[in-house]
Order: sequence, then structure tokens, then C-alpha cells
Amino acid sequence: MSNGCVSPDGRLSDRALMLLKLLKEKGKLTDIEIAELTQRPLFQVRSSLRELTSAGFLKQEGAHYLLTEKAEEAISKT
Amino acid sequence: MEETKVVSMPRIGDLAPSFEAQTTMGPIKFPDDFKGQWVVLFSHPADFTPVCTTEFIGFAKLNGEFQKRNVQLIGLSIDNIYSHIAWVMNIKEKTGVEIPFPIIADVDGKVAQLFGMLHPGESSTVTVRAVFVIDPNAKIRAIIYYPLSSGRNIREILRLVDALQTVDKYQVATPANWVPAPQTWEFTEENTKVIVPPPTTYEDAVKRLQEGYECTDWYLCKKKLS
Repeated sequence: MSNGCVSPDGRLSDRALMLLKLLKEKGKLTDIEIAELTQRPLFQVRSSLRELTSAGFLKQEGAHYLLTEKAEEAISKT
Repeated sequence: MEETKVVSMPRIGDLAPSFEAQTTMGPIKFPDDFKGQWVVLFSHPADFTPVCTTEFIGFAKLNGEFQKRNVQLIGLSIDNIYSHIAWVMNIKEKTGVEIPFPIIADVDGKVAQLFGMLHPGESSTVTVRAVFVIDPNAKIRAIIYYPLSSGRNIREILRLVDALQTVDKYQVATPANWVPAPQTWEFTEENTKVIVPPPTTYEDAVKRLQEGYECTDWYLCKKKLS
């Protein structure tokens, strides 16, 4: 089930890009830290992280989320 | 011999069933997305119905109190996502109240079945007013059922959360009518009014607004009992 972060043709929504840019700025963050920084409900953040991870834009290191090369590339195009 | 269908319903102390669903705030995976949080999962019979609308306004007004207690509210009914969105927008337009929590669009009734929210003696097509209080370990800690006709007391649900969290924190039990602090509950004149059953034809819906009731919209009109 998509939450609209990644469209079927692979394009990222504004909300997804904002999340990726936040991770680029901070390096790595946990789901709770992202929820606090973005003022979005935790369940919504977790849903977005799941979708972006499954689409190859994020990877996990323990509780932290980091950008992949694919995400760096997507950000550089904006 | 006639066969009796036995429906298994989750009980207090059970782990809450897992599910994935579409909501007004995007897809959710339960319980994974709510790990570490308390959840109050509640069903309502249908969108655009009067009692449910008053309940949603009540939950929305107390959402901040639930959040302070690390509780995420989740609504549910057997309606589609477009109906939910239209209803939420209607509530905002007519009352100024924003619904700040997700509502599950359980079109096929799968989640309702999992949680035993369908009570055929009351209705076989819409969910009763069920409330499941689920703790951060996904364990069901309390269950409340109300019939279609009677709106829940949202303050009581908040009081129940307070009681469960107090029990956990201090290893105590709470007596009848326990409250965490002196309350200033809102028993106002407004609370004494009742809902007039909503019209069921277009013609009657158009007439309803001219019938002298206090109406928020054609489907939600109240009156005082004489």
C-alpha cells in the first residue's frame, strides 16, 4: 500500500523529498527524531520510512535511517 | 442440525490482531507503526450519521489530552476512503473542528471482523461503537462496546487510559469513579440535548433544516426533551 511518497513511475512526492533532504542535512535519524523534527505523527513517519526503504531510497542501521546513493541522486536532481 | 457460526473475538489480555489498512492519513501497518505508543482504536457505525459526528467532534477536542498521554487515536468504519474524506471535510466546514487522527476505510470489513466490531444482533452491516485500548506492547487492555443508538463518553475513555497508565506506573488498582485529579467536566446545557433521527429521503433531508431543530447539517439535528 503506497502512502504517496513514491509514485508508480518512481517520482518522489514533495513530502518524501523533504524527508530525504532532512536526512541529508542531519546524516542519520531515528523514526522518533524525524517525527519530532517534522511535527508529523509517528505512525505516518514510519509508514513513509517503510515505503522509501522498500523503494531503495533509504537504508537502516539499527534504529537509524540513512540515505542511499539512489536518494542522493534524486536530491541532486531537484 | 442447524450450524452455528462461532466468531472469535479478541479479549482483554490478548495481543491485538495485526492488519494493514488505508486511512485518511495514509496507509498504516498495525501494530508496527504504533510501537511504543498506546492506541485507542474505535469503530463507529457510519460516516455522515449524527451520533458518530458528535463522537468524532468529542474525540477531536480531546485529542491533545490523548497525545499528552502518548495515545494515538484511530477511528474505523465500513466506509470507503472518499466517504471518510468528505465527512471529515464536512465536519470542518460545518463546525470548524479538524479531525486530527486517522480513520480506517474498512470497506470489506476485514479489520472489523478481526476485532469483533460487528454484532449481528445489533446490525450485520455496520460496526457497533467498539473501543479497544491497546498498550505499547500491543496488548489489549480494555474493551468497551456501545450500541448504535448511544454516543460514548469520551472523557470516560480518557479516564480509562489514565487508570490503566496509573495501574502500570504505580502497581496499584483504581476504585470505582477514580479520577487522577479533581475534574471540571463539561456537563453543560448542550449535553442534555438529544439527536433527532436523520431523514432517509432527499425530500425529508431538504425539509429538515426548516423544521425548527438546532441543526449542524441536515443529518445532525438536536432538540431538548420537554
